[in-house]
Formats: sequence, structure tokens, C-alpha cells
Amino acid sequence: MDTSELIKKINRLAEGKKKLRIMEVCGTHTVAIFRAGIRQILPDNVELVSGPGCPVCVTNDDYIDTAIAYALEENFIVATFGDMLKVPGSRSSLAAAQAQGSNIKVIYSPLDCIKIAQDNPNKKIIFLAVGFETTAPTAAATVLSAQAKGLKNLFMLSAQKLVPPVLKFLLNSPDFRVDGFLLPGHVAVVIGADAFNFLSIPSAVAGFEAEEILLAIASVLEQIDNGRAEVANKYPAVVTAAGNVTAQKILSRVYEVADSEWRGMELIPNSGLRIREEFAKFDIEQVEPVKIEKVKKKNACRCGEVLRGLVNPTQCPLFGKACTPSRAVGACMVSVEGVCAAWYKYGSNNFRW
Amino acid sequence: MKIEIGHGGGGKMSAELLSGIILPALNNDTLRQLGDAATVGGLAFTTDSYVVRPLFFPGGDIGKLAVCGTVNDLAVSGAKPKYLSLALIIEEGFEQSELKKILNSVATAARAAGVEIVTGDTKVVGRGQADGMYINTAGIGELIKGVEISAKKICAGMKIIISGTLGDHSATILARRHGLELPEGIKSDCAPLNKMIAEMLRAEPGIAMMRDVTRGGLASVLNELAQASGLGILIEEEKIPVRREVRAFCDILGFDPLELANEGKIVAIVPERSAEKILTVLRGNIYGAEAALIGEVVEKPKGKVGLRTPIGAIRIVDMPAGELVPRIC
Repeated sequence: MDTSELIKKINRLAEGKKKLRIMEVCGTHTVAIFRAGIRQILPDNVELVSGPGCPVCVTNDDYIDTAIAYALEENFIVATFGDMLKVPGSRSSLAAAQAQGSNIKVIYSPLDCIKIAQDNPNKKIIFLAVGFETTAPTAAATVLSAQAKGLKNLFMLSAQKLVPPVLKFLLNSPDFRVDGFLLPGHVAVVIGADAFNFLSIPSAVAGFEAEEILLAIASVLEQIDNGRAEVANKYPAVVTAAGNVTAQKILSRVYEVADSEWRGMELIPNSGLRIREEFAKFDIEQVEPVKIEKVKKKNACRCGEVLRGLVNPTQCPLFGKACTPSRAVGACMVSVEGVCAAWYKYGSNNFRW
Repeated sequence: MKIEIGHGGGGKMSAELLSGIILPALNNDTLRQLGDAATVGGLAFTTDSYVVRPLFFPGGDIGKLAVCGTVNDLAVSGAKPKYLSLALIIEEGFEQSELKKILNSVATAARAAGVEIVTGDTKVVGRGQADGMYINTAGIGELIKGVEISAKKICAGMKIIISGTLGDHSATILARRHGLELPEGIKSDCAPLNKMIAEMLRAEPGIAMMRDVTRGGLASVLNELAQASGLGILIEEEKIPVRREVRAFCDILGFDPLELANEGKIVAIVPERSAEKILTVLRGNIYGAEAALIGEVVEKPKGKVGLRTPIGAIRIVDMPAGELVPRIC
């Protein structure tokens, strides 16, 4: 079916219905939707709501504060994806620590840490392991590789998170009103489409091209139209029912499921990963714990509600005023995949040409 | 407050630094126009510093860049570049053989552009006080008679032309810096464009506006032009030339080709009647072989840039925020 047919089908399925809210869970989808201008061509009663699928956005203040505390110490090199640099902790950011002279290296794969560790035998290298099921296997592979190479100066500061538990948490929240999910294609590649079968509302695993996203939206609307609720795999070229078993094995070799704190959602049971006892010597918090002061930040930032799809970014009083990508107050404004950053970059709610 | 890397990025943060600290200290009518070059007494005058890392990259090096960047700034201002200065800041311990290589590139690029390096300066700083070498060049050009390059001349209905593919320079530098492999053919587009621009102006002296598409990329340049002209700019995503490999590179690392810096590309806003003629001139030139007409100037919405996507929607293209890529040039 070509794009214009697909758009017609979406319009037909939405016609005469109440306002329908579909959540795209993944930050990459949020950006792809803006880039392709999908919001602009959807019928008025179909609203896309962004979810908690940007890894640095859901990383909480305590984690950032801990990373900064390590970075400020002389003998550490902190290795991180570039997105993390500007994420505000309770009072500072890694970028600010870097400006003060901390040794922070931006990398593109956790495996880059191996070389940094080999090149700097007198320093302790900490990788900021944040992200979902997509990146966690590579972090696990890095730990296994460090062990095989006998590296003693490479560590993880782990805050990896799992997508299905947060969706369960959202569905069980009394104020959550969403009629369907666009499920993250990359996460589904690893964990498999079946991992989402517990969902009780219409859902579709989506790819990242405009047509693939439209196809998944059409599938969700079709399910609503038929009164069904299932997990449709609309990204079958790469997503299987069972997922990537090899990646899953590497992951569970190094990590075990644990409770995890999400920005704006507090502690969610079984929603994160913790390094197994056997690999404790790679867990910096066990090897050399650092103390941080627990601070509750007080400002008008509504990141938490944005991440749960309760408000859209423009409903935050700081959006585009006190909070912009160059001076972000909330984490959602920092990452290129952050909900607020995407809304800001692609027209600040002024989407119509 | 401290200076952050983003203040040098050519986006919103740079603009804030300029309006907050630099302009208030040095205000005058000529500076306030903030063109690629200042025009004073029949001359165009400009300067630029080069801090690119690495110093050598596929398609060029810091020396070639230092000549081409300044030559292009003069040329897009409607001038014939004539004389350049060359100031070197070298870190103690720098290899003389590398210095020779860089100066050879300077000489070759100057010859290709038809400009002379007529004055200069050399400073050496202690180890660790500079990263190898930095270069500053300044340039003077003669304004071409009968040509007026100005955002004030932009009118609704004019066409937007880009001289070739976007993002090649940034992708090359970034890949080199992070040890990523790019396919053979991808290299920096760094080139002196003054002769091509002179041909364009001979074909149509009424070209309203030209800019070289450097830091901040096409997104930044078009937003500045939309704001300066008080008109809208609508471009077509499918017509914007981007190499397949560069697009894939952007997808992997989360970059937007519209925001990537180039060192050998210009955007021109031209009267509709001469758009085809200018395209023919460009395509007959080695640096403009992949030139394309990518959109047009529209009455409304004022000051905005819109992009028509392949699915037929129009979305807003905003000014890039800060710095994604430090020390790209």
C-alpha cells in the first residue's frame, strides 16, 4: 500500500470516532514522527503522545549526581554517550564538570571503553551504562570482554532500564489515558514482539521509516475499530516473536532484573538491570562507592508528567522560555531524542506551516 | 558564567554570545550587519580562525581550509577575493614536516583561488597550550560592480539553489575523529568557490543573496535569511542532495544533514527567470556538478523555514541550538 492510500485508510478508520490518543514509546519514533511531519497529516482526532522511551530522559538526578561525583575525582575517566553531557543533575551537569577540568570522554559504543582502559592503565574508566534493552547487551558484552582481557580498571555505573515494566506501570496508573501503543522496533528486535503480549490495549511494533510508522498507526486504529487489542508486529523484516536470543543470553549472563528509579515515576518494580554478583568487580558502586547528597529539586519542570504522556511539553511553564536546548532545565529538553527537545526543534507546537 | 563549547557552534548560543557580550563592546554600523564579510569603501573584508581537529583529513587539511573558508566568505559577499593574511599559532613540539605540508596546501589553495598571501604572523606557544596548530586568515576582495548581495533583495517567488551535496565535510571530520569507517568516496568538500561564484554572477548579476553553508548548516543559513528578509522559505526534502553514505552516517549518530557544516557549498537565492541558467552554470563547474533547485521564497509564514517531506507534510525547520560538533573548521 502506498503512502497516500495509507493516509486515506487512517482517515477512514478515525472518522466519527472520539479523540484517540496513541503513545509512541520510543524516542527515536518521536524524532522520526516529527521529521516526516506525521502529526501534520493525521486526522484532528488522532493525537500522538510521546512516552518514556528516551534513555537519558528517564535517568534520574541521583544517577547524574553520582556520575559527576566520580568525574570530579582525579583518577577517574568517565566515558559516556554524548547525550548525557548536558543532562542536569540536582545542581550541575557532566558538561559543567568537564568545563571544570574533569576527564570525560564521549564515545559511540561501550566497547570503545576497552581501548580507553588499555591506553590509560593508571586511571579508572567508568562507563555510564544507561539505556534500554537495545544497548544493554553491548554493555554486557563490554563487561565480558573486559573480563576476558583481564582489565582491572574498567567499571560500569549502571542504570539500564526495561521497557515492558514501565508500560505495565503506566497502564496501571489511574491518570493514564492512552488508546494504543506504537511499540519500539529496536527494543523489540532484542526482546521479541511476544514480550509485549501482556498489554491490554491495541498495540503495534513499528519500524522507523514514515511508511512503517503510518502502517503501525493504521494497525492500532484498525484494532480500535474492530474492538480488538493485540500486539501486531508491523516491523517483521527485523522483529521476530522471540527476539535475539544470543543478545538476551549475553544480557542475562551479566545482568539480573532489579527495581529501578525512573525520572518522574519513582521506583518501578523489576524495571531495571543490576550487575550480577559474579561480575561485582566491574560495578563501580560496589568497588568504590561514592556518597552523594540526596537532593529534591524544586522547580516548575514537568518532565515527569511529559514522560508519562500526561501533558504535552508546551503545557510546561518553562518550555521554550526558561528551558531551551541550550539551557535545559529538564532532561527531556537535553537529548536529541527527548520529547521536549523534539517539540522545540520541530516548531514548538507551531507545527502547521 | 563560563564559556561553553556550544558558544562556538554558530547556532543560537553563538548568537547569544554575540549579542550579549561581543556587539555591546564593539558596536558600529558596519559590524552590526553581521555579513559573511564587511563591506567598506568598495572592498569586502573578512577574517576567520581555523581550529579543526584532526589537522589532516580526507579531502584537505587545516591549510586548505584556512584559505578556502576566507575566500568563500568574500566571494559570497559579491567580491573578487584578492589578498589574504595568514597567522599561525603553533604548539611547541609540532613536526616541521607537517608544517611544510600544511603550508604547501595553503599555497596550492591560494593558487587555485587566484589570491595572494601578502602578510602574516607566526607564534609558538608551550606544549599543551594549543592542540598542534591553529590558523587565522583575513581576506580582502574587490566588490564586483553592479552586484548587490543583500537579504533586502529577497522577494517572494525567488528560487533557492544549493550548489551540491550536504554534510560531506562534517561526516568526514567526525568519522576520522571517532575512528569510524566511511566509504572511499566520502571526503571533505573543502574548495575555493570564488571562480564558480563569479561565473554565476556573470550569468545573473541580479542574484539576491548567497551564503556559504558552514557551521549550523543549511538549517541555520535559511533561518537567518528568512528572518532577515521577513519572508518564508519552503524547501523540498526529496530535492536536497545528500549522499547515501552521509545520510546513513547521520541516522546512526543522530545528526541532521540540514545542520551539518560544509566547506565547499553555497546556497543562492535567485530570480525565478534565471534559476535554470544559474543551475546550468553550476552544473558545468566541478564544485557545482550536483547543484539542485531545492525550493522557493514564499510570502508567509514570515521568518520561517518549512520543509515538505516525502509523505507530503510540511514541517518547520528551526535554527540549530548549540554545538553538536566542536572544532569542525
